[in-house]
Amino acid sequence: MHSSVSVPSSAVPSVGEIQTRRKSELDPATAQSAAPNKMKIENVNFYYGKTRALKDITLSIPPNQVTAFIGPSGCGKSTLLRTLNRMNDVIPGTRIEGRVELDGEDIYAPGTDVVSLRRRAGMVFQKSNPFPRSIFDNVAYGLRINNLTHSRGELAERVESSLRAAAIWDEVKDRLKESAYGLSGGQQQRLCIARALAVEPEVVLMDEPCSALDPIATQKIEELIVELKARYTIIIVTHNMQQAARVSDLTAFFWLGEMIELNTTEKMFTKPDKPMTEDYITGRFG
Amino acid sequence: MSNLARRKLINNSMTVLTGLCALFAVASLFLILGYIFWGGVRGLSFGFLVNSPKPIGEPGSGIANAIVGTIILITLGSVIGMPVGILGGIYLSEFGSNKFGLLLRFLIDTLTGTPSIIVGVFVWTVMVHPMGHFSALSGGVALGIMMMPIVARTTEEMIRLVPHSLREAGLALGAPRWRVTLGVVLRTAASGVATGAMLAVARIAGETAPLLFTALGLNYLSTNLLQPMASLTFQIYYYAQSPYEEWHDMAWAATLVLVTMILALNIAVKILTRNRHQQA
Repeated sequence: MHSSVSVPSSAVPSVGEIQTRRKSELDPATAQSAAPNKMKIENVNFYYGKTRALKDITLSIPPNQVTAFIGPSGCGKSTLLRTLNRMNDVIPGTRIEGRVELDGEDIYAPGTDVVSLRRRAGMVFQKSNPFPRSIFDNVAYGLRINNLTHSRGELAERVESSLRAAAIWDEVKDRLKESAYGLSGGQQQRLCIARALAVEPEVVLMDEPCSALDPIATQKIEELIVELKARYTIIIVTHNMQQAARVSDLTAFFWLGEMIELNTTEKMFTKPDKPMTEDYITGRFG
Repeated sequence: MSNLARRKLINNSMTVLTGLCALFAVASLFLILGYIFWGGVRGLSFGFLVNSPKPIGEPGSGIANAIVGTIILITLGSVIGMPVGILGGIYLSEFGSNKFGLLLRFLIDTLTGTPSIIVGVFVWTVMVHPMGHFSALSGGVALGIMMMPIVARTTEEMIRLVPHSLREAGLALGAPRWRVTLGVVLRTAASGVATGAMLAVARIAGETAPLLFTALGLNYLSTNLLQPMASLTFQIYYYAQSPYEEWHDMAWAATLVLVTMILALNIAVKILTRNRHQQA
């Protein structure tokens, strides 16, 4: 249904692997973290014109964990992701009701600094979108416009550390001045991740980051995501359930704009609460 | 004839037909350029380019005043027409999807189609008549008015071509809207916008009618913006209509100079604004 690409069988975790792999800080019973929530979504309804795309969504995003939104196409998971950094503001005719909090503050309150919000909650898109500039300038862009560095040396250092964090430094260190378009798809996506990390966000929002990539590149990025959660809170939208099972700690399942179930990943993929969840995960519909 | 054979025949005939049309269009261009070259090349000399006109009969006459005049006039026109045009085009593409934008676009298109002589008469009424004399300044204003709508529309088209994903990438990094528009969008569209602007410059460099009512012409070299100013187009017009054979030759040579200047301008723009980053 989803993977028309054959994924090596080692990539699909067995039940036992899921249960023993993660030392998750989440309480299996309530899917809550001991630390205060990084983001909170309360009774959110979202409208494209007259159509209600999100129906009464409530969930909390724990810090330094990977939260996955799964569900079939059109269920609203990308829309929900984009409400978290107010990227839907650029689409005319949209309207949101409810409350979205970052560190306890409502990000839709009038007078919110949207620019600073987007720095704190960075986004990686489905199709990589590097600027038509050199690799160095792509990563430096966010640093330059936000005046985050004070000297050329500091800028170069920050660019290097971001490229290292995105696990692409070794591949590009000798060609930083070359165009970003000379990179392969997977490399471009990692470059976009480096670009997003350069501004030191607190939350990284990933909208199907691997859907346009081959399995090897996908694996590299999935490993990266698991490493990154030590420093960032990550929310990933994916239509690939196996990917959600591999990388996330908390999973939310959406269907037609509603959140059907929210659970730790271990529980969601072994013993989900709702029968609809089980049907989706076992592939009875998609 | 079978279906396949008939389709092939139609395909091939249309290919040949469209090829011939393209050839005809290009051939016309080459014919015109060739004719100008043939007619003008014998009048060309170093003295021709650096001397101002001398009385009939005296050797060493030139069109330096007209070359300088044209450069001054198109510079003036660009100073007025380019910023307004580019910013207007940015507005239309980024914010112009409402009713006001529709109206604006319609008015700009109307302005593009206004006959150049009307623009000249308008500036005469508004500037030359109150000032009491012809001037290079009013010539520049007339050319700027003609430039503005062309630049605005081409800028808008070029900016629309920038993929939305690049705007989103900029916004998602915490860049304010104006920064994304200028730094990412305009910069990506820069070569297209510059090409459009230069094409507009080339267009106004060849205008005569608006200058008839505003800058008129001058027989000697001057850089005084408040006095009439020579221009290649006016000089060509003036010389071509005269009864002197010598002036006819000068008109041909001046035409060649004008065409060469415009061609050089276009080539320079193409080279300077080539996109170093090809889209993957």
